[in-house]
Amino acid sequence: MRLQHNKELAMHTFEQQLPKPQRAKRWLVATVALASGLAAFAAAADTTVRVLRVEISDVEKQYYDDVVAEYEAQNPDVEVIFEYIANEAYKTRLPTLLQSDQRPDIFYSWGGEGLRDQVEAGFVRDLTEAMQDGWQERYPESAVRAFTLDDRVYGAPLYATVVGFWANTALTEQAGVDIEAIETWEDLEQAVVALRESGITPAVVGGKDGWPMHFYWGYLATRLAGGEGIEAAKQGENGGFEGESFVRAGELLQAFVELDPFQSGYMSTSYERASAMFGDGEAALHLMGDWDYIPSKERSATGEGVPDEDLEFIRFPRVEGGEGNDDSFGGMNGFAVTRDASDEAVDFLRFLLNEENQREAARLGIFVPVANGSEEELDTPYARKVAEILSESNFHQVFLDQALGTSVGATVNDISGDLAQGVITAEEAAAQVEEAWQFR
Amino acid sequence: MTTMTRPAARRRGFADRMRKNMASGRLAAALILLPPALILFSLFVILPLADAAYYSVFSWNGYGSPSDFVGTQNYARLLDHSVFHTALWNTTKLIIVSLLLQMPLALGLALLVYRKTPTNTLFRLVFFLPYILAEVAAGLIWSFVFDGDYGITAFMFQALGQESVHVLADRQWAFPAIMTVIVWKYFGFHMMIYIAALQSVPQDLIEAAKLEGAKPRQVALFVQIPMIKHAIVVSGFFAIIGSLQIFDIIIPMTNGGPSNSTHTIVTYLYTFGLSRLNIGFGSAAAVVLFVLAIGIALFYQRATAKEEQA
Repeated sequence: MRLQHNKELAMHTFEQQLPKPQRAKRWLVATVALASGLAAFAAAADTTVRVLRVEISDVEKQYYDDVVAEYEAQNPDVEVIFEYIANEAYKTRLPTLLQSDQRPDIFYSWGGEGLRDQVEAGFVRDLTEAMQDGWQERYPESAVRAFTLDDRVYGAPLYATVVGFWANTALTEQAGVDIEAIETWEDLEQAVVALRESGITPAVVGGKDGWPMHFYWGYLATRLAGGEGIEAAKQGENGGFEGESFVRAGELLQAFVELDPFQSGYMSTSYERASAMFGDGEAALHLMGDWDYIPSKERSATGEGVPDEDLEFIRFPRVEGGEGNDDSFGGMNGFAVTRDASDEAVDFLRFLLNEENQREAARLGIFVPVANGSEEELDTPYARKVAEILSESNFHQVFLDQALGTSVGATVNDISGDLAQGVITAEEAAAQVEEAWQFR
Repeated sequence: MTTMTRPAARRRGFADRMRKNMASGRLAAALILLPPALILFSLFVILPLADAAYYSVFSWNGYGSPSDFVGTQNYARLLDHSVFHTALWNTTKLIIVSLLLQMPLALGLALLVYRKTPTNTLFRLVFFLPYILAEVAAGLIWSFVFDGDYGITAFMFQALGQESVHVLADRQWAFPAIMTVIVWKYFGFHMMIYIAALQSVPQDLIEAAKLEGAKPRQVALFVQIPMIKHAIVVSGFFAIIGSLQIFDIIIPMTNGGPSNSTHTIVTYLYTFGLSRLNIGFGSAAAVVLFVLAIGIALFYQRATAKEEQA
């Protein structure tokens, strides 16, 4: 009886307990289902493509967001993430990032020797084969060349920039200078003299930053030696960077500075300040990239800058006897892919840089894209002028402070400032560049 | 004679000490307590130093591991570089100005405000304020002061109807401007060291001197200053080591310009080593800076210790 009671009790307890495992089971099933659901969801984006770019305007960020959304809609198994780092920090952090586990799949690049360092260290994927199927044909040859090292292509171009003189015609007319008639370097010198005589500051330059002054020396060297001549100097031909053209570039710059073309205290002026000063109408000319159109307006006191009817963008003048009078000088910016990146990364890059997206960028006016035909969409006369200069250009020389690599580039910036201040002679300047190139 | 017996005595002393330490358990305590500090010290001081010394004999841009061995080429190039000479000379100038201008100024002010009165507290605060300010902020503020377009300098010159000057764009005046800022920034720190020391000078000594008919100037010169000599030695040491390390005031003011005329050793190694990705070359500069700092520190300690003995 007692036993039975116990048994009954046991039975009772058992029955009572019965639903519990069942409940647990139900939970288990639900969890498994949820987990598998999550797994299925995770499988929906099993490849992540990380893109690292230099910090940009919100308009351009929106442009990338739109491109990414479109790509992800077409390729549900790929997720693309854009990350941004400020310009100077980007340059110093990239070497460390590329060597870490956090390396991006696609990164922003200026091509040239900086890219060569990364290629030689084995961090960059060779895109030569990938670009054969019509991808490369989208762009003019000069654009691809900026990313070509020893006949292998290591990157794809996004946009080009050109350096030229931004001119305030209200001021030049006041001094009786016809800005359209400035064809040669002598014309420019005469214009500077005329402007000074009328009490107008001929030009602003952001001497504190180095690179704006390098535009003078760099463009003069490009005009004199030509893009091919600079390539030859890199190989050590014709005396390398100590060659005649580079010395002459220094001499021309020093003779130009003798005419007192710049605002007072120009060596303590940053690019941003110079850009604002031009926007405020404090000087007639500003040798700067085409990208300064909006920034100069935004930085001016009124926020309006020089009104469009008074604003001109003119070509850098020709230099008599120069080899590079048909060449252009500016930037060629694009993207490179890291070595271990997935094929999806290459595929996304191909999509990002396709003609339609390039046209869209032109329509939005965020930059001057390089893809053939995309210039038709350009809105402002300035952007069209840039596209015209680029298409007529025989050789698009990338900024010397980027094309020659970080170290030599910084030396080029230094000697440009030193020349303007008369601290060194043109020969010494050329010798310093050659020495830096040898030691690189 | 004495010099001959001294090492033996010292050795015996050492053995004695060891025995005594063993017995008292001091050695055991040292063995237990030393490792944490030793590990941290080697990890964060010795190891990076050894690394820098290693990198300095390579031509290396920071990618991969250094492989292009160049021997002493980085050092040869460094010692040959005219900008490095300028940087060394600028650093020397900073040391001289710190020792001969900043410290006397701090001492003079300390003598004026060391007594505890409400007005003195106010002045002390005002004098100490620049030191509290972050270096970069101070650099930015002063670059605005010296600005010849929109800054205070421009305002002053315009008020006088003169053409404005651009101090920081002028190779001749940019560095004196920086030195002014550095004196302004750090004299408060030295002043505080002197104030603390002056307050501990026994009052009866000063009273005695006064009773003997000493004037305030004489009290300061013959009683107070000799009594705070140890504080002056310490502040001198800080001034020298601090001068060797000046970096964050220069970067916002001139960034080493115009045409690399205002570099110190540290801004030089940053500009030419790090930001140009010449890690090997920058490491060589760092090693030279380290040797200089150690050399000066040892020399200074020797010189001041000798003087104290004499």
